[in-house]
Amino acid sequence: MLTIEKLCAGYGDFQALFDISLTLEAGETVAIIGSNGAGKSTFLRSLAGLIKNQPSAITFKGQAIGDMAANQVLERGIALVPEGRKLFPSLSVEENLLIGAYSKRPGPWTLKRIYQLFPVLETLRKRPGTALSGGQQQMVAIGRGLMANPHLLLCDEISLGLAPTTIKDIYAALPSIKADGTTVILVEQDINQALSVCDRFYCFQEGRVSLTGRPGDADKAHIKAAYFGI
Amino acid sequence: MEWLNTLLQGVLLGGLYAMFAVGLSLMFGIMRLVNIAHGDFIVLASYLALMVVNHLGFSPLASLLIVVPLMFCFGYLLQRLLLNRTLGTDILPPLLVTFGLSIIVQNVLLEFFSADSQKLSQGDLEVASVGIGNLSVGVMPLIVFGSALLIIGGLQLLFYKTSLGRAFRATSDDQHTARLMGVNNAHIFGLAMALAMAVVSIAGVFLAIRTSFDPTVGPARLLYGFEAVIIGGLGSLWGTLAGGVILGVAQTLGAKIDPGWQILAGHLVFLLILVVRPRGLFPRSVD
Repeated sequence: MLTIEKLCAGYGDFQALFDISLTLEAGETVAIIGSNGAGKSTFLRSLAGLIKNQPSAITFKGQAIGDMAANQVLERGIALVPEGRKLFPSLSVEENLLIGAYSKRPGPWTLKRIYQLFPVLETLRKRPGTALSGGQQQMVAIGRGLMANPHLLLCDEISLGLAPTTIKDIYAALPSIKADGTTVILVEQDINQALSVCDRFYCFQEGRVSLTGRPGDADKAHIKAAYFGI
Repeated sequence: MEWLNTLLQGVLLGGLYAMFAVGLSLMFGIMRLVNIAHGDFIVLASYLALMVVNHLGFSPLASLLIVVPLMFCFGYLLQRLLLNRTLGTDILPPLLVTFGLSIIVQNVLLEFFSADSQKLSQGDLEVASVGIGNLSVGVMPLIVFGSALLIIGGLQLLFYKTSLGRAFRATSDDQHTARLMGVNNAHIFGLAMALAMAVVSIAGVFLAIRTSFDPTVGPARLLYGFEAVIIGGLGSLWGTLAGGVILGVAQTLGAKIDPGWQILAGHLVFLLILVVRPRGLFPRSVD
Protein backbone atom coordinates (compact mmCIF):
# COMPACT_ATOMS: atom_id res chain seq x y z
CA MET A 1 0.00 0.00 0.00
CA LEU A 2 2.73 2.46 1.00
CA THR A 3 6.37 2.19 0.04
CA ILE A 4 8.97 4.66 1.19
CA GLU A 5 12.29 4.46 -0.54
CA LYS A 6 15.32 6.37 0.71
CA LEU A 7 13.32 9.34 1.96
CA CYS A 8 15.45 12.35 2.90
CA ALA A 9 13.72 15.45 4.27
CA GLY A 10 14.39 18.54 6.30
CA TYR A 11 13.85 22.23 6.71
CA GLY A 12 16.08 24.50 4.63
CA ASP A 13 19.68 23.52 5.29
CA PHE A 14 18.75 21.28 8.19
CA GLN A 15 18.30 17.63 7.24
CA ALA A 16 16.03 15.75 9.63
CA LEU A 17 15.59 12.42 7.82
CA PHE A 18 18.28 10.28 6.18
CA ASP A 19 17.40 7.51 3.70
CA ILE A 20 14.29 6.25 5.45
CA SER A 21 12.87 3.14 3.76
CA LEU A 22 9.82 1.24 4.92
CA THR A 23 6.71 -0.49 3.65
CA LEU A 24 3.19 -0.65 4.96
CA GLU A 25 0.44 -3.14 4.14
CA ALA A 26 -3.26 -2.25 4.06
CA GLY A 27 -4.98 -2.61 7.42
CA GLU A 28 -1.78 -2.49 9.47
CA THR A 29 -1.18 -0.24 12.44
CA VAL A 30 2.44 0.83 12.53
CA ALA A 31 3.99 2.85 15.32
CA ILE A 32 6.89 5.23 14.80
CA ILE A 33 8.64 5.74 18.12
CA GLY A 34 11.62 7.82 19.03
CA SER A 35 12.79 10.59 21.29
CA ASN A 36 12.37 14.31 20.70
CA GLY A 37 14.08 15.41 17.49
CA ALA A 38 14.33 11.89 16.07
CA GLY A 39 12.50 12.98 12.91
CA LYS A 40 9.11 11.34 13.59
CA SER A 41 6.97 14.41 12.90
CA THR A 42 9.09 15.36 9.88
CA PHE A 43 8.41 11.87 8.56
CA LEU A 44 4.64 12.29 8.93
CA ARG A 45 4.76 15.82 7.49
CA SER A 46 6.58 14.42 4.45
CA LEU A 47 3.94 11.71 4.00
CA ALA A 48 1.14 14.29 4.31
CA GLY A 49 2.61 16.54 1.62
CA LEU A 50 3.67 19.36 3.94
CA ILE A 51 7.31 18.81 2.98
CA LYS A 52 8.09 18.19 -0.68
CA ASN A 53 10.36 15.32 -1.65
CA GLN A 54 11.46 13.42 -4.71
CA PRO A 55 8.27 12.03 -6.32
CA SER A 56 9.45 8.42 -6.14
CA ALA A 57 10.50 8.62 -2.48
CA ILE A 58 6.89 7.92 -1.46
CA THR A 59 4.67 5.53 -3.43
CA PHE A 60 1.07 5.13 -2.32
CA LYS A 61 -1.19 2.58 -4.01
CA GLY A 62 1.22 2.42 -6.93
CA GLN A 63 1.40 6.18 -7.45
CA ALA A 64 4.46 8.37 -6.76
CA ILE A 65 3.25 11.12 -4.40
CA GLY A 66 6.48 12.45 -2.89
CA ASP A 67 6.20 15.86 -4.54
CA MET A 68 2.46 16.37 -4.15
CA ALA A 69 0.89 19.17 -2.11
CA ALA A 70 -1.04 18.30 1.05
CA ASN A 71 -4.46 18.75 -0.58
CA GLN A 72 -3.50 16.39 -3.43
CA VAL A 73 -2.16 13.82 -0.95
CA LEU A 74 -5.44 13.97 0.98
CA GLU A 75 -7.44 13.47 -2.20
CA ARG A 76 -5.52 10.21 -2.67
CA GLY A 77 -6.53 9.03 0.80
CA ILE A 78 -3.85 10.04 3.31
CA ALA A 79 -5.07 12.21 6.21
CA LEU A 80 -2.94 13.69 8.98
CA VAL A 81 -4.03 14.32 12.56
CA PRO A 82 -1.43 16.99 13.28
CA GLU A 83 0.59 17.40 16.44
CA GLY A 84 -1.08 19.98 18.70
CA ARG A 85 -4.53 19.24 17.15
CA LYS A 86 -4.54 22.48 15.10
CA LEU A 87 -8.32 22.91 15.25
CA PHE A 88 -9.77 25.94 13.47
CA PRO A 89 -10.65 28.53 16.15
CA SER A 90 -13.44 30.23 14.23
CA LEU A 91 -15.20 26.93 13.46
CA SER A 92 -17.49 25.07 15.85
CA VAL A 93 -16.82 21.45 16.80
CA GLU A 94 -19.23 20.24 14.11
CA GLU A 95 -17.78 22.59 11.50
CA ASN A 96 -14.28 21.38 12.38
CA LEU A 97 -15.48 17.84 11.71
CA LEU A 98 -17.28 18.82 8.50
CA ILE A 99 -14.26 20.61 7.04
CA GLY A 100 -12.51 17.22 7.29
CA ALA A 101 -14.97 16.00 4.64
CA TYR A 102 -14.21 18.92 2.31
CA SER A 103 -12.67 16.61 -0.31
CA LYS A 104 -15.93 14.58 -0.39
CA ARG A 105 -14.11 11.25 -0.45
CA PRO A 106 -16.63 8.43 -0.22
CA GLY A 107 -16.39 6.01 2.71
CA PRO A 108 -17.87 4.79 5.95
CA TRP A 109 -17.10 7.81 8.12
CA THR A 110 -19.92 10.29 8.56
CA LEU A 111 -20.75 12.87 11.21
CA LYS A 112 -23.09 10.35 12.83
CA ARG A 113 -20.38 7.71 13.08
CA ILE A 114 -17.90 10.18 14.55
CA TYR A 115 -20.47 11.04 17.22
CA GLN A 116 -20.91 7.31 17.90
CA LEU A 117 -17.15 6.96 18.27
CA PHE A 118 -16.83 10.04 20.52
CA PRO A 119 -20.32 10.62 22.02
CA VAL A 120 -19.18 13.61 24.08
CA LEU A 121 -18.63 15.61 20.89
CA GLU A 122 -22.31 15.54 19.93
CA THR A 123 -23.29 17.46 23.06
CA LEU A 124 -20.50 19.98 22.41
CA ARG A 125 -21.05 20.29 18.66
CA LYS A 126 -22.03 23.98 18.71
CA ARG A 127 -19.09 25.05 20.87
CA PRO A 128 -15.97 26.59 19.28
CA GLY A 129 -13.49 23.77 18.67
CA THR A 130 -10.75 25.44 20.66
CA ALA A 131 -13.01 25.98 23.72
CA LEU A 132 -12.88 22.24 24.53
CA SER A 133 -10.52 20.40 26.88
CA GLY A 134 -7.31 18.99 25.41
CA GLY A 135 -8.70 15.46 25.24
CA GLN A 136 -11.93 16.56 23.60
CA GLN A 137 -9.95 18.63 21.10
CA GLN A 138 -7.91 15.57 20.27
CA MET A 139 -11.14 13.64 19.65
CA VAL A 140 -12.24 16.40 17.24
CA ALA A 141 -8.86 16.28 15.50
CA ILE A 142 -9.07 12.50 15.04
CA GLY A 143 -12.71 12.76 13.95
CA ARG A 144 -11.78 15.48 11.47
CA GLY A 145 -9.09 13.23 9.99
CA LEU A 146 -11.53 10.30 9.73
CA MET A 147 -14.17 12.47 8.02
CA ALA A 148 -11.87 12.48 4.98
CA ASN A 149 -12.44 8.69 4.81
CA PRO A 150 -8.72 8.03 4.44
CA HIS A 151 -7.09 4.75 3.46
CA LEU A 152 -4.17 5.80 5.65
CA LEU A 153 -4.53 7.86 8.83
CA LEU A 154 -1.40 9.53 10.20
CA CYS A 155 -1.59 10.35 13.92
CA ASP A 156 1.08 12.67 15.27
CA GLU A 157 1.56 12.50 19.05
CA ILE A 158 -2.12 12.11 19.87
CA SER A 159 -1.40 11.52 23.55
CA LEU A 160 0.87 14.54 24.02
CA GLY A 161 -0.05 16.64 27.04
CA LEU A 162 -3.14 14.59 27.94
CA ALA A 163 -4.08 12.95 31.23
CA PRO A 164 -3.60 9.13 31.34
CA THR A 165 -7.36 8.48 31.57
CA THR A 166 -7.99 10.68 28.54
CA ILE A 167 -5.24 8.90 26.60
CA LYS A 168 -6.95 5.61 27.44
CA ASP A 169 -10.28 6.92 26.09
CA ILE A 170 -8.66 8.09 22.86
CA TYR A 171 -6.74 4.88 22.28
CA ALA A 172 -9.96 2.95 22.94
CA ALA A 173 -11.24 4.35 19.62
CA LEU A 174 -8.44 2.73 17.61
CA PRO A 175 -10.05 -0.72 17.23
CA SER A 176 -13.16 0.88 15.66
CA ILE A 177 -10.94 2.81 13.26
CA LYS A 178 -8.99 -0.33 12.32
CA ALA A 179 -12.20 -2.34 11.97
CA ASP A 180 -13.07 -0.36 8.85
CA GLY A 181 -9.79 -1.33 7.26
CA THR A 182 -8.14 2.02 7.81
CA THR A 183 -4.37 1.73 7.95
CA VAL A 184 -2.83 3.75 10.75
CA ILE A 185 0.61 5.21 11.37
CA LEU A 186 1.04 6.34 14.96
CA VAL A 187 3.86 8.62 15.95
CA GLU A 188 4.42 8.46 19.70
CA GLN A 189 6.99 9.27 22.34
CA ASP A 190 5.14 7.01 24.78
CA ILE A 191 6.67 3.62 23.88
CA ASN A 192 4.36 1.49 26.01
CA GLN A 193 1.22 3.12 24.62
CA ALA A 194 2.38 2.76 21.04
CA LEU A 195 3.57 -0.83 21.36
CA SER A 196 0.32 -1.89 23.03
CA VAL A 197 -1.75 -1.12 19.91
CA CYS A 198 0.56 -1.53 16.91
CA ASP A 199 1.20 -4.52 14.64
CA ARG A 200 4.75 -3.39 13.86
CA PHE A 201 6.99 -0.57 14.98
CA TYR A 202 9.88 1.47 13.66
CA CYS A 203 12.17 3.25 16.09
CA PHE A 204 13.77 6.46 14.78
CA GLN A 205 16.96 7.92 16.08
CA GLU A 206 18.55 11.07 14.68
CA GLY A 207 16.61 10.79 11.43
CA ARG A 208 17.39 7.14 10.77
CA VAL A 209 15.58 3.87 11.47
CA SER A 210 17.44 2.35 14.42
CA LEU A 211 15.18 -0.63 15.06
CA THR A 212 12.15 -2.30 13.52
CA GLY A 213 10.04 -5.29 14.40
CA ARG A 214 6.89 -6.54 16.05
CA PRO A 215 6.06 -5.51 19.60
CA GLY A 216 6.60 -9.07 20.94
CA ASP A 217 9.89 -9.59 19.11
CA ALA A 218 12.12 -6.95 20.65
CA ASP A 219 13.03 -6.87 24.31
CA LYS A 220 13.02 -3.69 26.33
CA ALA A 221 16.81 -3.37 26.36
CA HIS A 222 16.95 -3.40 22.56
CA ILE A 223 14.18 -0.84 22.26
CA LYS A 224 15.79 1.37 24.91
CA ALA A 225 19.11 1.25 23.09
CA ALA A 226 17.47 2.09 19.75
CA TYR A 227 15.37 4.83 21.32
CA PHE A 228 18.12 6.64 23.19
CA GLY A 229 21.10 5.60 21.09
CA ILE A 230 22.92 4.08 24.05
CA MET B 1 -36.72 67.13 10.59
CA GLU B 2 -33.90 68.49 8.47
CA TRP B 3 -31.34 66.83 10.75
CA LEU B 4 -33.25 63.55 10.65
CA ASN B 5 -33.18 63.73 6.85
CA THR B 6 -29.41 64.35 6.95
CA LEU B 7 -28.98 61.38 9.26
CA LEU B 8 -30.99 59.15 6.95
CA GLN B 9 -28.99 60.27 3.91
CA GLY B 10 -25.84 59.45 5.83
CA VAL B 11 -27.07 55.96 6.66
CA LEU B 12 -27.95 55.31 3.02
CA LEU B 13 -24.57 56.65 1.84
CA GLY B 14 -23.04 54.21 4.33
CA GLY B 15 -24.42 51.37 2.22
CA LEU B 16 -22.19 52.45 -0.68
CA TYR B 17 -19.17 52.81 1.59
CA ALA B 18 -19.87 49.36 3.02
CA MET B 19 -19.78 47.98 -0.51
CA PHE B 20 -16.42 49.69 -1.07
CA ALA B 21 -15.24 48.05 2.13
CA VAL B 22 -16.63 44.50 1.83
CA GLY B 23 -14.10 43.52 -0.83
CA LEU B 24 -11.23 44.82 1.30
CA SER B 25 -12.61 42.98 4.30
CA LEU B 26 -12.85 39.72 2.34
CA MET B 27 -9.34 40.00 0.96
CA PHE B 28 -7.78 40.84 4.29
CA GLY B 29 -9.92 38.39 6.26
CA ILE B 30 -9.13 35.37 4.10
CA MET B 31 -5.72 36.10 2.61
CA ARG B 32 -4.28 38.83 4.84
CA LEU B 33 -3.93 40.77 1.58
CA VAL B 34 -4.06 44.56 1.71
CA ASN B 35 -5.09 45.67 -1.76
CA ILE B 36 -3.92 49.21 -2.47
CA ALA B 37 -5.49 49.05 -5.95
CA HIS B 38 -8.99 48.39 -4.54
CA GLY B 39 -10.28 51.91 -5.24
CA ASP B 40 -8.90 51.78 -8.77
CA PHE B 41 -10.69 48.47 -9.39
CA ILE B 42 -13.93 50.19 -8.30
CA VAL B 43 -13.28 52.89 -10.90
CA LEU B 44 -12.29 50.25 -13.47
CA ALA B 45 -15.71 48.65 -12.93
CA SER B 46 -17.32 52.08 -13.43
CA TYR B 47 -15.56 52.44 -16.78
CA LEU B 48 -16.50 48.89 -17.79
CA ALA B 49 -20.11 49.78 -17.06
CA LEU B 50 -19.68 52.98 -19.09
CA MET B 51 -18.48 50.92 -22.07
CA VAL B 52 -21.38 48.48 -21.76
CA VAL B 53 -23.85 51.35 -21.51
CA ASN B 54 -22.34 53.27 -24.45
CA HIS B 55 -21.71 50.36 -26.81
CA LEU B 56 -24.46 47.88 -26.01
CA GLY B 57 -27.16 50.32 -25.04
CA PHE B 58 -27.77 48.76 -21.62
CA SER B 59 -29.02 50.84 -18.71
CA PRO B 60 -26.39 51.26 -15.94
CA LEU B 61 -28.16 48.82 -13.61
CA ALA B 62 -28.57 46.27 -16.44
CA SER B 63 -24.84 46.62 -17.19
CA LEU B 64 -24.25 44.74 -13.93
CA LEU B 65 -25.25 41.57 -15.79
CA ILE B 66 -22.05 41.89 -17.83
CA VAL B 67 -19.75 43.82 -15.48
CA VAL B 68 -20.16 41.51 -12.46
CA PRO B 69 -19.22 38.26 -14.26
CA LEU B 70 -16.36 40.04 -16.06
CA MET B 71 -14.91 41.41 -12.83
CA PHE B 72 -15.45 38.02 -11.10
CA CYS B 73 -13.32 36.32 -13.76
CA PHE B 74 -10.80 39.16 -13.73
CA GLY B 75 -10.45 38.82 -9.94
CA TYR B 76 -9.94 35.07 -10.09
CA LEU B 77 -7.29 35.31 -12.80
CA LEU B 78 -5.56 38.25 -11.12
CA GLN B 79 -5.24 36.26 -7.91
CA ARG B 80 -4.19 32.98 -9.50
CA LEU B 81 -1.73 34.46 -12.00
CA LEU B 82 -0.26 37.34 -10.02
CA LEU B 83 -1.25 37.99 -6.43
CA ASN B 84 -0.89 34.41 -5.15
CA ARG B 85 2.80 34.68 -6.03
CA THR B 86 3.18 37.65 -3.71
CA LEU B 87 1.58 36.06 -0.64
CA GLY B 88 3.77 34.69 2.11
CA THR B 89 5.01 35.57 5.54
CA ASP B 90 6.05 39.04 4.40
CA ILE B 91 3.17 41.54 3.99
CA LEU B 92 5.25 43.92 1.86
CA PRO B 93 5.23 42.19 -1.60
CA PRO B 94 1.41 42.29 -2.03
CA LEU B 95 1.39 45.91 -0.87
CA LEU B 96 4.01 46.88 -3.45
CA VAL B 97 2.44 44.88 -6.27
CA THR B 98 -1.06 46.27 -5.67
CA PHE B 99 0.41 49.77 -5.38
CA GLY B 100 1.94 49.18 -8.81
CA LEU B 101 -1.39 47.87 -10.11
CA SER B 102 -3.07 51.04 -8.83
CA ILE B 103 -0.73 53.19 -10.91
CA ILE B 104 -1.14 50.94 -13.96
CA VAL B 105 -4.96 50.93 -13.78
CA GLN B 106 -5.12 54.72 -13.37
CA ASN B 107 -2.82 55.31 -16.33
CA VAL B 108 -4.49 52.77 -18.61
CA LEU B 109 -7.88 54.39 -17.88
CA LEU B 110 -6.37 57.81 -18.52
CA GLU B 111 -4.96 56.59 -21.84
CA PHE B 112 -8.23 55.10 -23.07
CA PHE B 113 -10.84 57.40 -21.53
CA SER B 114 -8.95 60.71 -20.97
CA ALA B 115 -9.15 62.72 -17.75
CA ASP B 116 -12.69 63.93 -18.51
CA SER B 117 -15.27 63.31 -15.83
CA GLN B 118 -17.92 60.73 -16.70
CA LYS B 119 -21.24 59.81 -15.18
CA LEU B 120 -23.82 57.11 -15.76
CA SER B 121 -27.44 58.18 -15.97
CA GLN B 122 -30.15 55.88 -14.68
CA GLY B 123 -32.86 58.23 -15.94
CA ASP B 124 -35.96 58.88 -13.84
CA LEU B 125 -34.88 56.40 -11.18
CA GLU B 126 -32.14 58.81 -10.08
CA VAL B 127 -34.65 61.49 -9.11
CA ALA B 128 -37.47 59.21 -7.97
CA SER B 129 -38.29 59.29 -4.27
CA VAL B 130 -40.62 57.69 -1.78
CA GLY B 131 -42.17 59.32 1.25
CA ILE B 132 -41.38 57.91 4.67
CA GLY B 133 -43.41 59.92 7.17
CA ASN B 134 -42.57 63.52 6.52
CA LEU B 135 -39.31 62.58 4.85
CA SER B 136 -38.71 62.07 1.17
CA VAL B 137 -36.09 59.41 0.43
CA GLY B 138 -34.43 58.83 -2.95
CA VAL B 139 -35.16 55.46 -4.53
CA MET B 140 -31.61 55.05 -5.81
CA PRO B 141 -29.98 55.45 -2.37
CA LEU B 142 -32.52 52.93 -1.05
CA ILE B 143 -31.57 50.49 -3.82
CA VAL B 144 -27.89 50.97 -2.99
CA PHE B 145 -28.44 50.39 0.73
CA GLY B 146 -30.72 47.41 0.06
CA SER B 147 -28.06 45.95 -2.24
CA ALA B 148 -25.44 46.34 0.50
CA LEU B 149 -27.71 44.48 2.94
CA LEU B 150 -28.34 41.73 0.40
CA ILE B 151 -24.65 41.38 -0.45
CA ILE B 152 -23.54 41.21 3.17
CA GLY B 153 -26.42 38.90 4.11
CA GLY B 154 -25.59 36.68 1.14
CA LEU B 155 -21.91 36.56 2.05
CA GLN B 156 -22.81 35.71 5.66
CA LEU B 157 -24.92 32.80 4.41
CA LEU B 158 -22.09 31.68 2.13
CA PHE B 159 -19.56 31.86 4.95
CA TYR B 160 -21.60 30.16 7.66
CA LYS B 161 -23.90 27.76 5.80
CA THR B 162 -21.83 26.27 3.00
CA SER B 163 -18.85 23.98 2.62
CA LEU B 164 -17.05 26.67 0.61
CA GLY B 165 -17.67 29.18 3.41
CA ARG B 166 -16.16 26.79 5.96
CA ALA B 167 -13.14 26.45 3.69
CA PHE B 168 -12.83 30.26 3.53
CA ARG B 169 -12.96 30.53 7.33
CA ALA B 170 -10.61 27.59 7.89
CA THR B 171 -8.11 29.07 5.42
CA SER B 172 -8.42 32.40 7.18
CA ASP B 173 -7.60 30.68 10.51
CA ASP B 174 -4.71 28.52 9.37
CA GLN B 175 -3.98 28.00 5.69
CA HIS B 176 -1.46 25.19 6.23
CA THR B 177 -3.86 23.06 8.25
CA ALA B 178 -6.68 23.91 5.81
CA ARG B 179 -4.57 22.38 3.07
CA LEU B 180 -4.43 19.16 5.12
CA MET B 181 -8.24 19.08 4.84
CA GLY B 182 -7.94 19.02 1.05
CA VAL B 183 -8.47 22.75 0.60
CA ASN B 184 -6.58 24.11 -2.40
CA ASN B 185 -5.47 27.48 -1.05
CA ALA B 186 -4.61 28.95 -4.44
CA HIS B 187 -8.14 28.22 -5.68
CA ILE B 188 -9.77 29.46 -2.46
CA PHE B 189 -7.77 32.71 -2.65
CA GLY B 190 -8.80 33.05 -6.30
CA LEU B 191 -12.46 32.65 -5.38
CA ALA B 192 -12.11 35.15 -2.53
CA MET B 193 -10.66 37.74 -4.90
CA ALA B 194 -13.32 36.92 -7.50
CA LEU B 195 -16.07 37.48 -4.92
CA ALA B 196 -14.42 40.71 -3.79
CA MET B 197 -14.27 41.91 -7.40
CA ALA B 198 -17.93 41.01 -7.97
CA VAL B 199 -18.86 43.25 -5.02
CA VAL B 200 -16.42 45.90 -6.28
CA SER B 201 -18.18 45.92 -9.65
CA ILE B 202 -21.59 46.56 -8.03
CA ALA B 203 -20.04 49.35 -5.94
CA GLY B 204 -18.41 50.77 -9.07
CA VAL B 205 -21.69 50.93 -10.99
CA PHE B 206 -23.53 52.53 -8.06
CA LEU B 207 -20.69 55.02 -7.66
CA ALA B 208 -20.91 55.92 -11.34
CA ILE B 209 -24.68 56.48 -11.07
CA ARG B 210 -24.35 58.54 -7.87
CA THR B 211 -21.50 60.84 -8.82
CA SER B 212 -19.11 61.76 -11.59
CA PHE B 213 -15.86 59.82 -11.84
CA ASP B 214 -12.52 60.02 -13.61
CA PRO B 215 -9.44 57.77 -13.61
CA THR B 216 -7.94 59.39 -10.50
CA VAL B 217 -10.82 59.05 -8.00
CA GLY B 218 -9.92 55.49 -6.97
CA PRO B 219 -7.54 56.23 -4.05
CA ALA B 220 -10.21 58.29 -2.24
CA ARG B 221 -12.66 55.34 -2.52
CA LEU B 222 -9.92 53.09 -1.16
CA LEU B 223 -9.57 55.42 1.80
CA TYR B 224 -13.31 55.35 2.54
CA GLY B 225 -13.26 51.57 2.22
CA PHE B 226 -10.34 51.25 4.61
CA GLU B 227 -11.98 53.58 7.10
CA ALA B 228 -15.24 51.61 7.03
CA VAL B 229 -13.40 48.28 7.49
CA ILE B 230 -11.31 49.58 10.37
CA ILE B 231 -14.23 51.33 12.11
CA GLY B 232 -16.27 48.11 11.86
CA GLY B 233 -13.44 45.80 12.91
CA LEU B 234 -11.29 43.69 10.61
CA GLY B 235 -12.87 40.49 9.37
CA SER B 236 -16.47 41.27 10.41
CA LEU B 237 -18.88 41.81 7.51
CA TRP B 238 -21.77 43.29 9.53
CA GLY B 239 -19.15 45.41 11.31
CA THR B 240 -18.08 46.65 7.88
CA LEU B 241 -21.66 47.76 7.18
CA ALA B 242 -21.75 49.53 10.55
CA GLY B 243 -18.40 51.16 9.70
CA GLY B 244 -19.74 52.34 6.35
CA VAL B 245 -22.87 53.76 7.99
CA ILE B 246 -20.89 55.58 10.68
CA LEU B 247 -18.60 57.06 8.04
CA GLY B 248 -21.53 58.06 5.83
CA VAL B 249 -23.40 59.67 8.74
CA ALA B 250 -20.27 61.52 9.87
CA GLN B 251 -19.72 62.87 6.37
CA THR B 252 -23.31 64.04 5.82
CA LEU B 253 -23.54 65.58 9.30
CA GLY B 254 -20.19 67.31 8.70
CA ALA B 255 -21.45 68.63 5.37
CA LYS B 256 -24.64 69.83 7.06
CA ILE B 257 -22.66 71.92 9.51
CA ASP B 258 -20.35 73.26 6.80
CA PRO B 259 -20.09 71.90 3.23
CA GLY B 260 -16.29 72.02 3.48
CA TRP B 261 -16.32 69.67 6.46
CA GLN B 262 -17.81 66.63 4.74
CA ILE B 263 -14.62 64.63 4.16
CA LEU B 264 -12.86 66.00 7.25
CA ALA B 265 -15.73 64.95 9.56
CA GLY B 266 -15.48 61.37 8.24
CA HIS B 267 -11.73 61.25 8.84
CA LEU B 268 -12.10 62.74 12.33
CA VAL B 269 -14.68 60.14 13.38
CA PHE B 270 -12.41 57.44 11.95
CA LEU B 271 -9.45 58.74 13.97
CA LEU B 272 -11.57 59.03 17.09
CA ILE B 273 -12.74 55.41 16.84
CA LEU B 274 -9.17 54.31 16.14
CA VAL B 275 -8.06 55.99 19.38
CA VAL B 276 -10.92 54.63 21.49
CA ARG B 277 -11.17 51.15 19.95
CA PRO B 278 -8.04 50.36 17.92
CA ARG B 279 -9.47 46.98 16.81
CA GLY B 280 -12.70 48.60 15.58
CA LEU B 281 -16.22 48.32 16.94
CA PHE B 282 -16.92 44.67 16.10
CA PRO B 283 -13.58 42.90 15.72
CA ARG B 284 -13.52 39.21 14.93
CA SER B 285 -12.92 37.39 18.21
CA VAL B 286 -10.20 35.21 16.69
CA ASP B 287 -7.03 36.92 15.46
